[in-house]
Amino acid sequence: MKELMQGLREASIKAISECGSIEELEALRVKYLGKKGELTGILRQMGKLSAEERPIMGQLANKLREDIENALEESKNSLGEKLMEAKLADETIDVTLPGVAHKSGHKHPMYNVLDQIKDIFIGMGFEIVDGPEVELSDYNFTKLNIDGGHPSREWTDTFYFTEDSKICLRTQTSPMQVHAMEKGVLPIRMIAPGRVYRKDEVDATHSPMFHQIEGMVIDKGVTMADLKATLNLVVEKIYGEGTVTRFRPHHFPFTEPSCEMDIQCHKCGGKGCPTCKGEGWIEVLGAGMVHPKVLAGCGIDPDEYSGWAFGMGLERLAMGEYKINDLRLIFENDIRFLEQF
Amino acid sequence: MILSRKWLNEFVELPIDEYDDKRFAEAMTISGSKGEVTEDLSKTIDNVKVGRIVKLEKHPNSDHMLVCQLDVGGEEPVQICTGAWNVHEGDLVPVALHKSLLPGGVKIEKGKLRGVASYGMLCSLKELGMTAVHDYPYAVIKAAAILGDYHPIDPAKPSISHDIHHGDVIFGSVVAADVLHIERFETYKWKVELDLGFRLVDIVTDCQNIHVGDMIAYDSKRGIICTLADLRAKQEEFPHCIEDGIFVLHEDCKPGDDVGKLIGLDDHVVEFEITPNRPDCLCMIGLAREAAVTFGKELKLHEPVVKARARGDINDHAKIIIEEPELCPRYTARLVKNVRIAPSPEWMRQRIRNAGMRPINNIVDITNYVMLEYGQPMHAFDFSCVDNGEIHVRCAREGETIRTLDGTERKLSTSMLCICDTDKPVAVAGVMGGENSEIVGDTAMVLFESANFNGPSVRRTATALGMRTDASARFEKGLDLDNTVAAVERACELIELLGAGEVMEGIIDVLPKPIEKRTVKLEVEKINALLGTDIAEETMRDILTQLGFTLEGDTICVPSWRGDVEHYSDIAEEVARFYGYNEIPVEFTGAISTCGGFTDVQQCEREIGLACRSMGMDEIITYSFISPTYYDKIRMPADSPLRDSLRILNPLGEDTSIMRTTILPSMLEIISRNYSFRNKAAALYEIGRIYLKREDGLADEPKIVSIGAYGNGVDFFVLKGWVEELIAQLGAKSAKFVAERENPSYHPGRCAKVYVGGTYIGVMGQIHPEVAKNYGVDAEIYCAELSFEALYSVKGGIPVYKPLPRFPATTRDIAVVCDSSIPVGELKDCILENGGAYLTDCSLFDVYTGDRVAEGKKSVAFSLTMRAEDQTLTDEHAESTVKAVLEALEKQFGAVIR
Repeated sequence: MKELMQGLREASIKAISECGSIEELEALRVKYLGKKGELTGILRQMGKLSAEERPIMGQLANKLREDIENALEESKNSLGEKLMEAKLADETIDVTLPGVAHKSGHKHPMYNVLDQIKDIFIGMGFEIVDGPEVELSDYNFTKLNIDGGHPSREWTDTFYFTEDSKICLRTQTSPMQVHAMEKGVLPIRMIAPGRVYRKDEVDATHSPMFHQIEGMVIDKGVTMADLKATLNLVVEKIYGEGTVTRFRPHHFPFTEPSCEMDIQCHKCGGKGCPTCKGEGWIEVLGAGMVHPKVLAGCGIDPDEYSGWAFGMGLERLAMGEYKINDLRLIFENDIRFLEQF
Repeated sequence: MILSRKWLNEFVELPIDEYDDKRFAEAMTISGSKGEVTEDLSKTIDNVKVGRIVKLEKHPNSDHMLVCQLDVGGEEPVQICTGAWNVHEGDLVPVALHKSLLPGGVKIEKGKLRGVASYGMLCSLKELGMTAVHDYPYAVIKAAAILGDYHPIDPAKPSISHDIHHGDVIFGSVVAADVLHIERFETYKWKVELDLGFRLVDIVTDCQNIHVGDMIAYDSKRGIICTLADLRAKQEEFPHCIEDGIFVLHEDCKPGDDVGKLIGLDDHVVEFEITPNRPDCLCMIGLAREAAVTFGKELKLHEPVVKARARGDINDHAKIIIEEPELCPRYTARLVKNVRIAPSPEWMRQRIRNAGMRPINNIVDITNYVMLEYGQPMHAFDFSCVDNGEIHVRCAREGETIRTLDGTERKLSTSMLCICDTDKPVAVAGVMGGENSEIVGDTAMVLFESANFNGPSVRRTATALGMRTDASARFEKGLDLDNTVAAVERACELIELLGAGEVMEGIIDVLPKPIEKRTVKLEVEKINALLGTDIAEETMRDILTQLGFTLEGDTICVPSWRGDVEHYSDIAEEVARFYGYNEIPVEFTGAISTCGGFTDVQQCEREIGLACRSMGMDEIITYSFISPTYYDKIRMPADSPLRDSLRILNPLGEDTSIMRTTILPSMLEIISRNYSFRNKAAALYEIGRIYLKREDGLADEPKIVSIGAYGNGVDFFVLKGWVEELIAQLGAKSAKFVAERENPSYHPGRCAKVYVGGTYIGVMGQIHPEVAKNYGVDAEIYCAELSFEALYSVKGGIPVYKPLPRFPATTRDIAVVCDSSIPVGELKDCILENGGAYLTDCSLFDVYTGDRVAEGKKSVAFSLTMRAEDQTLTDEHAESTVKAVLEALEKQFGAVIR
């Protein structure tokens, strides 16, 4: 019996190791271990054995079953691996074929830049406010200390809706300063981006409608040092860390002192090149301390509160950022343009 | 304002080698006068020298060229060929040598002209960037008709015989003559000996192109050598006898001298952009004052002194009446007699030229020079043309006209201020003089006007007449009321200096209202508090004093030329400018006590934009104004209230003349543009405003979410899917779509109104094919116009978690047959209403019309999903739900199971 088992062991292990498919393996399992299989056949002869031999043979038989089962399992695993390999080889594709297109839309490049700026200011505790484009001349001019004879009020420069020039399309976002102050909630830290209108014929650098961003801070003890600190930070966020800036005196009727802010030309590092028209500096925005007359006119006591304001053109910023050379592209909305950003 | 550095040195010593242009312009920019462009004029010309013609010969291979030997200060003469005939031996001429540069960037090199070497070029005034008339009036060239240069227009019929000889009559008293001898008589005049054949004559001529051996036409009756005009000949008949040629110098110079320096190009100019509040800086003295404070130098000003030796007093000859004191707050005048009109001296012409203006004659140049120096525009009238010697400053009368100095007849309106005599306007105040009182060659008596005019009035007049002049550009900014006397005194001083006339005694100075002295208090602490600085009072006082302010205790007296200073904040700016804007510390002086962020409305707008982009739409930005004809293009009914738009009274053009009351035309315009660019498909969105007229004349400006698309398989249901998803993204309840047949811009069978709950959101659908045609688009266009406000109002709140289902769902498919006119949406609503507690969802999966259903009927198939929260549903549960649904469908719509 022992010999029979040994024979079965050798035959089965050999057959299993030479087996080529899962189906054959299953057939071998039935052949050796099935109800009517060879091992069962051998075990049937156990009755003939003595009581002493039976447990020993039983043990041997169990060991044999275990070994065959292990061999089957092992073979099954290795066959599975081979099979998987073959399947994977079969499923190989040309990875250079194109992907399935998914089209997402594009934000308008100018609003990309605007959103970037909004985020910067929000991070500094600013709110974003919005206001009317059809505006009273009072807000667009008078309350901003722009007197009745100022050239910007001319019909050649500003669009009007009434013969008495009392209602116009705002020419700047600065009336938002007045609206914000007149609300009477202090302190104020706001920016007001929006559309503005001037009577300029369309060309590569002009458009009768364009966008500005106004900004204003009103609080107790606000100084020009504050203005410089804030705008320096903003400009570094926009143009990159380490951007060199300078402030120059300038004139706006509604700020005093007024200034313009330049950044050192990033192309030539200040030496002078075509980008900066040889000046070494590029103007980025206008700013100043809110004129005490404007504060008082909006019901804020200039002896108690002070503030600063700035304004910048959005189109020029976006054109600079993306190297767009013609303003008309911004409003043409050709998808071949829009989808570049 | 263009500033000559050479001229500036007269007021502030800032030598160019110590303060180069970059340093100068940058420092000026930082102190508030923005230097835009700097130019070293000497770099525009190089290696151009004065040369003396030592020998002049005919070119061996050319009948119209001359070969000159020139002494240019070197050891050897230089040989140059020229085609110009106005040069003679002994002349001093500008010579562009080998490897030289001329203004305008022209480079000259040696070469060969018809086989003869030429080591450069002789220069005309034009080649030096100037004209004879304005820059060197003495160098105007007059050309005789040289008969050897005659080229008949018709070779078969020459006016002058080919073999003409001296003595032959050309016509009348004009005979041909040979030039036997020529010698210089005086500047630009020559003594010429002529052989008339029958006798010799000696005459003096100012024709400069004659040389020994030439044959010319001599008019024996008038005793002159004929020019082309005298022969009534055309230029093409005498191609080389032209009134142009080499600039023969009559300057204090010698061979080898630098021509650039000689003609004033040894200067540097800086162009300044002056802000409108600083008209006092639109002149040399104003900029010199800024420069002096900027560099800490002394400002040297000169007090004009007029001798006024002429007999007579202006007050006995002239009378000035200001009829409009608001528009003319001051008028100052002096009178000059025995005027001798001539070119002004070279130094004055150079300064005028380098400041970007043109020299004309001594009187006109003096007015311009004083304007450049003092910033006070002046005008010179020919006093003999001022009737009765009376100047009336008044507005033009109805129908009055004036021919201005530029030769244009101008219609004047009654708002335009004019300078008139008793009868007629002689100048448009502050803008331009009239031709009727122009300074001409025989002007004998000149009235100098130095007046102050109202800025806006001058600006409006200049704009209305379309003539912005150097004078009006200054006046329009509002000039110093106290500058008129100094300016007229300076003009008269220059008259005497130039010997251009005799200044009469007296001055007329009409000042209807006295000049108010303005004072501001010096508030040191307030200034420091505003700037965030700690500037000492002493420093502030120093800066102000240097700028011309005077201080009495704490009271600052503002100088008359600083009309812009009226408040302590203005003083703060003056202090800051010279303390240095860039020296002000960079620091946050206060704690930030606000919390920034987007408002809910702004957040919603961002979400909508994001949703649109995620569905593949590109964002556009369109103009807020449109043409009224666009309403017709979108088939808006004639009586639509939306046609009542805000109208711009002074639009750029019809296309941008009204504020849009609907956003649809803007979208269609962009769709049309992309279509015409042959972009195969486009899907676009804009969140833009419309402008609805309000009672008070202003506008309600609601935002509209505008969507538009064509191509790429976009149809009604793709658009509907976008709108549904957009609404879903906002967390709103699902939208309802109701067929809309009345909107004329849309396809009557493919348009829907969109509702969420009971709120109307907007309209969407296919654009009416007629409208598409109006926009030149031969494709189906799909648009949606949704109210942002309405979308915001239906926006859902923060989502509340619902437990995930623990028991499986059961599905059942049903198909019913009903009238084909019944909207599927209504069937679906009916199913959801009647399905009972277990029905959680119902989705359409088929609509069929055709052979297998009766005519006028359709089969609609839905998949029903059922689920309970507390148990697995049994077949009985499902069957009872289906039964309830089918019964309801039959009852409501007569729909039967298929």
